[in-house]
Amino acid sequence: MQKTETAYMPLESSLINVFDQHQKELFDASHPKVSHSRAEAIEFLKEKGLPTRKNEKWKNSPFPKQYEKDYLIDIPSATYDKNVNEIFHCEVHGFEAHTYSLLNGWYYSPEEKQLETLENGVVVGSMRKAQSKYPELFAKYYGTMANHQQDGFAAANTALFRDGIFIYVPDDVEVENTMQLIKMINREEPLMVHSRNLIILGKNSKLTFMHCDDSVNHYSSFINTLTEVYINENAYFDLYKLQNINDNTSLLNNTFFQQERNSRLRVNVLSLNGGKIRNELHVDLMGEYAEADLNGVYLMDKQQHIDNQVFVNHAKPNCYSNELFKGVLDEEASGIFNGYIFVARDAQKTNAFQRNNNILMTPKAVIDTMPFLEIYADDVKCSHGATIGQLDNEAMFYLMQRGISKADSRLLLMYAFLAEVTTKVSIDALRNNYEDMIKRRLRGELSICERCVLHCSTPDKPVEFEIDMSKI
Amino acid sequence: MLLNIKNLHVAIDGKEILKGLNLGVNKGELHAIMGPNGTGKSTLAAAITGREGYEITQGEILYDGEVINEMAPDERANKGIFLSFQYPVEIPGVSMTNFMRTAINAQREFNGQPPIPAGEFLKKMEEKKKLVDIHSKLTNRSVNEGFSGGEKKKNEIFQMAMLEPKLAILDETDSGLDIDALKVVAKGVNELRSEDNAFIVITHYQRLLEYIVPDFVHVIYDGQIVKSGGKGLALELEEKGYDWITEKIEA
Repeated sequence: MQKTETAYMPLESSLINVFDQHQKELFDASHPKVSHSRAEAIEFLKEKGLPTRKNEKWKNSPFPKQYEKDYLIDIPSATYDKNVNEIFHCEVHGFEAHTYSLLNGWYYSPEEKQLETLENGVVVGSMRKAQSKYPELFAKYYGTMANHQQDGFAAANTALFRDGIFIYVPDDVEVENTMQLIKMINREEPLMVHSRNLIILGKNSKLTFMHCDDSVNHYSSFINTLTEVYINENAYFDLYKLQNINDNTSLLNNTFFQQERNSRLRVNVLSLNGGKIRNELHVDLMGEYAEADLNGVYLMDKQQHIDNQVFVNHAKPNCYSNELFKGVLDEEASGIFNGYIFVARDAQKTNAFQRNNNILMTPKAVIDTMPFLEIYADDVKCSHGATIGQLDNEAMFYLMQRGISKADSRLLLMYAFLAEVTTKVSIDALRNNYEDMIKRRLRGELSICERCVLHCSTPDKPVEFEIDMSKI
Repeated sequence: MLLNIKNLHVAIDGKEILKGLNLGVNKGELHAIMGPNGTGKSTLAAAITGREGYEITQGEILYDGEVINEMAPDERANKGIFLSFQYPVEIPGVSMTNFMRTAINAQREFNGQPPIPAGEFLKKMEEKKKLVDIHSKLTNRSVNEGFSGGEKKKNEIFQMAMLEPKLAILDETDSGLDIDALKVVAKGVNELRSEDNAFIVITHYQRLLEYIVPDFVHVIYDGQIVKSGGKGLALELEEKGYDWITEKIEA
């Protein structure tokens, strides 16, 4: 049904108005394919609007409640005047990474580094710059993984994005150091940011990428990110998403992967803090023997909300996918897990597994977990499982009988519950960081909480247990 | 007296299980608590250690001269009360090493001591593992995860050795043990016995008491101690069963 103009929610009107006002700039700076999809996407948005709770995939989502709010949508790019470290202090220490950043949605670097070609031939830089310099890559890959007509948010991102990160790893190149993208918002006005990323991995290549969403203050914002990733034959993409944003921020992270024969994908999503977070992972296994290992940990409290939507499409035979998402919801936090596995008729010998385990710490915490398998092949191994529980009272008593305080026993059990996922992080330094951040989050010590004036929990005293998962 | 239980009444969900139990335990003593199933043996252990859901409706438990009726389980533990569980809990994701170190440091903090230095801790682990024939492999694993029945019970005694309690309660430690494991567990307990600590050994059978010789034997029936005696009482029970006691009471 076509929306009439008066039926638009305030946020929908703002998105459409901004597009209309900035049409020239949006089209002038874009690759023809990008322009073409912008035009299509805005039509879709005008017609369908943003997704409502009537839409099955948004059924219990609190995002539609945000449509009443007025966000500042378009701002000019910042000029590079400060080192990123002066704006934001990264919590991840002690491992080698090349850091890139997006500030308020714009690629933030000095002019000469807006688009770099590294020694190994890897290209990394601003999406805005990349489309004029590498038109053939955009013609081939842009918009091919994502469906910009999936819903209003994907459409809004496609129509309105100005910048993002672009990475191209040529065939046979294994990138040694982790690349880290830090995304920050530092405006006082409530800002809505549409950033768009494109990552292309050539045949037999390898890339480890960290995608960090952080807040530097407690102001409200809405981040609508769409990332497309192409993983060519025999390539390996290892992705870490770290989300530590303030309680007033809504984060929508839409990631589309296309995997070719023998390629491998591993994703670890760590949602530590945030007002409303929705992560969508769309994986298309388009070549035989491709593998996707998708993992997530979430720790929510207060009235925070976490939503993980995972779609795996087994289009070809002999592929493997595994989903493991575990989370702890405290106080009045709410969560959704929606795991969808599709196995095409010819995708024989598919192995597809899915598991979602939750601990609810209070009677007011809520999780909706929905496994969904649609299988048309007859020779497959598929399984799914979802659990919702509380901390085990028997285990609590066992720990306390050994002298460990109630608070520490709770922490130890929560930590142990999540360890199944965190031990899958293969880079040692990064795993230690992960574990450390989870530990500090569980203790209520993570920095964003310290900085945020609205934060209400006070860690009364340091916790004595040492988790050094060590050799001993 | 280290433990003095006076007229103890304990209810679970409003149902009275212990009905006026009296028991005194001095340092240096080992008491065996015997009795038919379902008469309150494990309830006694739960009440002494402060397990949730066991409501003391009357009477008191004095430990080291202090009434501990309302004390939290961790505080009781840090004051030296230890329970060897009948069914030790599996805790995936928590390594034995971390668990023990956390427990020892909690105890040390309680006693105003600094955390145990890593070297000292490792030395202690090695020493106590030998006591109950625990292999290194087990301490690298998660707490009780995938342990056999015998390994779990040995692990309880190992933890007891690490924490050096003043009052140790062994709840059906012999259940599910083959004779070799039983001997190992008994050897561990005997080596830990001293003039400064006391033991309460809860068991259904006399078998364990051949290897852990008690100073006193008590029979619980219907929530009370109905007969007490020396180690000879256990043998008598083995021979005649419990009926001769219970029949006398019912009559």
